[in-house]
Amino acid sequence: MSCFLSNSSLGKKLVMSVTGCFLVLFILFHMSMNVTAIISPEGYNMICEFLGANWYALAGTVVLALGVVVHFIYAIILTLNNYRARGSQRYAVTVQEPGVAWASKNMLVLGVIVLLGMALHLYNFWAKMQLVEILGGHTNSLGLAVTDGAALIAYTFSQWYYVVLYLIWFAALWFHLTHGVWSMFQTVGWANDTWYPRLKCIANIVATIIFLGFAAVVLVYFFCPCIAGAC
Amino acid sequence: MNFTLKIWRQKDAKSKGAFETYKVENISADTSFLEMLDILNNNLIHEGKEPVAFDHDCREGICGMCSLHIDGHAHGPSQGATTCQIYMRKFKDGATITIEPWRSAAFPVIKDLVVNRSAYDQILQAGGFISVRTNSVPDANAIPIPKADADESMDAAACIGCGACAATCKNGSAMLFVAARVSSLAKLPQGRVEGARRAKAMVAKMDELGFGNCTNTGACQAECPKQISIAHIARLNREFLSAKFED
Repeated sequence: MSCFLSNSSLGKKLVMSVTGCFLVLFILFHMSMNVTAIISPEGYNMICEFLGANWYALAGTVVLALGVVVHFIYAIILTLNNYRARGSQRYAVTVQEPGVAWASKNMLVLGVIVLLGMALHLYNFWAKMQLVEILGGHTNSLGLAVTDGAALIAYTFSQWYYVVLYLIWFAALWFHLTHGVWSMFQTVGWANDTWYPRLKCIANIVATIIFLGFAAVVLVYFFCPCIAGAC
Repeated sequence: MNFTLKIWRQKDAKSKGAFETYKVENISADTSFLEMLDILNNNLIHEGKEPVAFDHDCREGICGMCSLHIDGHAHGPSQGATTCQIYMRKFKDGATITIEPWRSAAFPVIKDLVVNRSAYDQILQAGGFISVRTNSVPDANAIPIPKADADESMDAAACIGCGACAATCKNGSAMLFVAARVSSLAKLPQGRVEGARRAKAMVAKMDELGFGNCTNTGACQAECPKQISIAHIARLNREFLSAKFED
């Protein structure tokens, strides 16, 4: 059991599928919390307070980090393997085969963009909220309370370059998910010719909901900063 | 019709190959692609040059012997057709056509456009069979098989093992081939008995031979001359994973 997950191609793909599914569910959860910040900044801060550096939030963070690490390491292993399997001599003429999505051939590049965006996001938010709390602090380097997430959102997205970077990040995530979400069903074998159009449609819907939810928070806070009482 | 051909020439497996350019003239539009290459080779022989080596056999689209990557497509520009079923009317008069061998680490070039596809035979030997009594002929229709299952099995059995899937796949993955073989037997009661063993053995052999991992791009089904669906890959995934979890 344990060995086929690390030494067989289909076992490694199963790990990609399961960790991917976990990350999609987490992102949906994260996105729905973020949307609260538009509806009610106070409500959002209550969520921040509820999570904070409590044991369940810390345990969740560790499991989540593990999910990201495993998904990424397996992606690197599989891609290196695939690169070798393709051989050193490449085709002189290549075409885009009909019906093949661009995203499906660029999952690693998209994944790296998502990861870079995540690093920026951890610097912008996690390092100023949960990390400060773990280290025993109550105010971050900006002088904001660690539980005042709404103010941190308002501060971060008052800077136009963060808005642009975050939108690029969400776009890469959208492309990654349009392939990833239906692909995880295919990998575990839950797919057939009847379900391909349906699964791809579900993947597009999930990716779009996630994109819109995240982008809405960024754009609303950029264009209407008053929402968080910043003016 | 006249064509300029850019053909990959490689003396043997160890030599470094390169493209060479040839011209063929007065080709009838109804000449098949392989006949056009025959004409080229005839000209080359008359000129005292080495003819281009390429694989071919039945020239009816059923043996899986012809290969060739033509203008970026495995088996050329037509969908659902092998190289031998491509006719020169598919190309524009005066066109430059680039012809390459399959490119995949598991399919090394032997000479010019000929690659060694014995890796597929090895995968087949690992589990692409059923164990049956072979003395007297059994009664026809002794085992009832639902029409839908028989159809699905036959769709998968249409695979001719030409290698276009692995040659097309950006990951050099043989999944469509392995899936077609596993699927065609898994849908029939005779093949069900060894289902779990077969899926595990064929996947293990595929990995061992250095084929890549499927990333579900679907490029293989787009270029497959028999238009085999990646739904069979989903079935292979089911077969393999359920076999592993039963272990």
